[in-house]
Amino acid sequence: MPHKTFFWFFFPTGLAMILFIGLPIVSSFFQSLHIENQQILMEVENCDPFGCTTNVRVDVEATEKLKEQNPLGRFNGFGTYTDRNHLAFDEIGEAWNTSSSINEFKDIVLNLPFYKAMLFTLTFCFAVTPPVIFLGFIVALSINTLAKSLKGLAIFGSILPMIVTPLIGSLVLFWMIDSQGIIGATIKILFSDPNLSLKSSSTLTWITLIIYGIWHNTPFAFIVFYAALQTVPQDPIEAALIDGASRFQRVRYIVIPHLYPVATFIMLICLMDNFRVFEPIIGFSAEGVAQSLSWMIYQDLRNENKMLFGSAGATSMLTIIGIAILLTPVLLRTWREFRTER
Amino acid sequence: MKKLIIALLLSFMTSGAYAGSHSPCGPTEGSINILANEFNTYRIFMDEVKSCAGSDVDFSVTHSVDHNKLQVAALSANPSEFSAKLVTNGSITPLMNDGLLRPLDDLVAKYGANLNDNQKITIDGKIYAVAFMANAQHLWYRESILNELGIAVPSTYEEVIAAAQKIKDSGKMANPYGGAFKSGWNLAQEFVNMYLGHGGEFFKSGSAQPNVNNENGVAALNVMKKLTEVSNPDFLTQDTNAVKEEWESGNLALMHVWNSGASSLLDDEGDQAVRADTRLAPSPSVGGGSMPATTLWWDGIAIATNTSDENAEASFRALVGAASSSELANSNADATVWLIKDYKGGNTAGPVVDAASRGASPYPSFPHMSLMHGALSTELVEFLQGNESAEKALADVEAAYIAKATEQGFL
Repeated sequence: MPHKTFFWFFFPTGLAMILFIGLPIVSSFFQSLHIENQQILMEVENCDPFGCTTNVRVDVEATEKLKEQNPLGRFNGFGTYTDRNHLAFDEIGEAWNTSSSINEFKDIVLNLPFYKAMLFTLTFCFAVTPPVIFLGFIVALSINTLAKSLKGLAIFGSILPMIVTPLIGSLVLFWMIDSQGIIGATIKILFSDPNLSLKSSSTLTWITLIIYGIWHNTPFAFIVFYAALQTVPQDPIEAALIDGASRFQRVRYIVIPHLYPVATFIMLICLMDNFRVFEPIIGFSAEGVAQSLSWMIYQDLRNENKMLFGSAGATSMLTIIGIAILLTPVLLRTWREFRTER
Repeated sequence: MKKLIIALLLSFMTSGAYAGSHSPCGPTEGSINILANEFNTYRIFMDEVKSCAGSDVDFSVTHSVDHNKLQVAALSANPSEFSAKLVTNGSITPLMNDGLLRPLDDLVAKYGANLNDNQKITIDGKIYAVAFMANAQHLWYRESILNELGIAVPSTYEEVIAAAQKIKDSGKMANPYGGAFKSGWNLAQEFVNMYLGHGGEFFKSGSAQPNVNNENGVAALNVMKKLTEVSNPDFLTQDTNAVKEEWESGNLALMHVWNSGASSLLDDEGDQAVRADTRLAPSPSVGGGSMPATTLWWDGIAIATNTSDENAEASFRALVGAASSSELANSNADATVWLIKDYKGGNTAGPVVDAASRGASPYPSFPHMSLMHGALSTELVEFLQGNESAEKALADVEAAYIAKATEQGFL
């Protein structure tokens, strides 16, 4: 494609990307460098049905004046990034100096909100992605061998978990694992432990979330693998058949190498998606034991009575950096393969 | 002081003189759009508001348990998303902090002739809200179960724990106690009750510096921990509505939830055997203290700053019409403790009046209290799961609060 044609072809997409992705990121970054103006408090007399008391309130006029002078708030540099709710440099430094063993240090660090969220996010990412690729591949192989008349139905059934809205899917599962729900009650009977509750233990909640993640993401891997399977050349397979290769050998030595780049692509997308895990945490009411980076942003913007824009902006930036670091090895690898192919 | 509070709470004044020429109901212009919490008493109140609004104006109401999270953003917009908000002494402060509520003195003078004086919430001499009900969390129990096992109605949390343990040991119920321990707002509210019950103060006097990591905080957490041991193991996922459902299913014998729950717990739906057996009791005290470990709340109406005067007037008229309707209060006398004039009092008001007379504190209304509540809502979970010591959890609360309060400009 000539460069000029490419430019005009890409221009609308590029413009939309700058407007709706680029600029918001820049604005979040600027916001993350600022914190709210000083709140000016004043003493007032309040009266309600329980009596009159002297209390403090925010002096709205004076605070408003400050806001007009400094609409973005006070400049704080990277202060928000390094505070306790984010990278927590001071706390980590102190923990390093005071803790007597590496285990104690680890406990202190993983108790800080950002690192706690990071631990869950990464665990989720790396526990969900490999099974998704494996299961997606198996499902695609199986459906590919079905009779034509059954294929449509089987494909529809297999992509259902992806069609169901994540929040609805997780809510349905949440009710099923309730101690009186069908799965929860069955597990209680199986282990004959009346107090067993999937929701009350952190480990079991993590496992539930991971299983849900696999269930929800497998269809994506399946559909991409299934499409790729249609492009596997028939000649080498027939040749292998004549040579007496078993089904496993055909898959191992012909299909898998052919699908390798596709697997890389699926891994890339899955890692990216799972790094932003959010809906299942809300659906499973799991915020007590499992927090992700996206949930931290939600918490800053929704769960406070007042939005903490700076804090949410800082977490967003750190999430973007996290995804970039996570994807670098995969991207480097793809790039190298791309070069050698040339 | 105590007498004053009782007098204020129970000032069912009989002077029915109809003063003022403006009837609030039936506004003819403007539109009404209200944001409110979701529970049965509010629905009853909103039905009255709607009938007072009449058919000449647009009327809509959004009930949401997430009202606290929505309110500041929704009312900051100009024009604001909602013309009015049902507020409490907890949720009004974030709105006041940003000047999102308008003073109501003119409107009260025009349409509020039938209001009690104690309904008018004044801040710095101006009326910003009109209260219509009082609420508090208190104890509920199943009479037959307590009688059968020879347990007296508990008056302290230590007795509640002992009673629940006894019921558990008898094999009648696996998890007899219910409390809203859902991580988030509810869990933090349980701590607020328990901490104030121990005589704690959330902030160092005269400043926004946190003050929860102390003996009172540790004691409060330990009581909560013991309560969760006799609760459903899923306690971290159960909010008030979920606890009420457990109650209606007959799984609980003791619970500590809102007085306004009476309207749904004592209605004709659900297991009538449970309903007939449900009794209300005062909120227990804790740790040898005399005051009950609960907080007093009022619920009221407030009007957005960023809405047109026309909408503000229409909304105020419809809302204040309901907030001064003695008919509403007396035909739903048991739904809650109404603060409305000529309310004769119902059968369920006792525990709230008791809490007020025994010196329970109103929910703290510091401008930075919501940040403390937010820090409590996330940092106590690990302690209740047994993964962290009480001191560590409280130190985390203070650290999380300091980071947030610094960012918000309070420190």
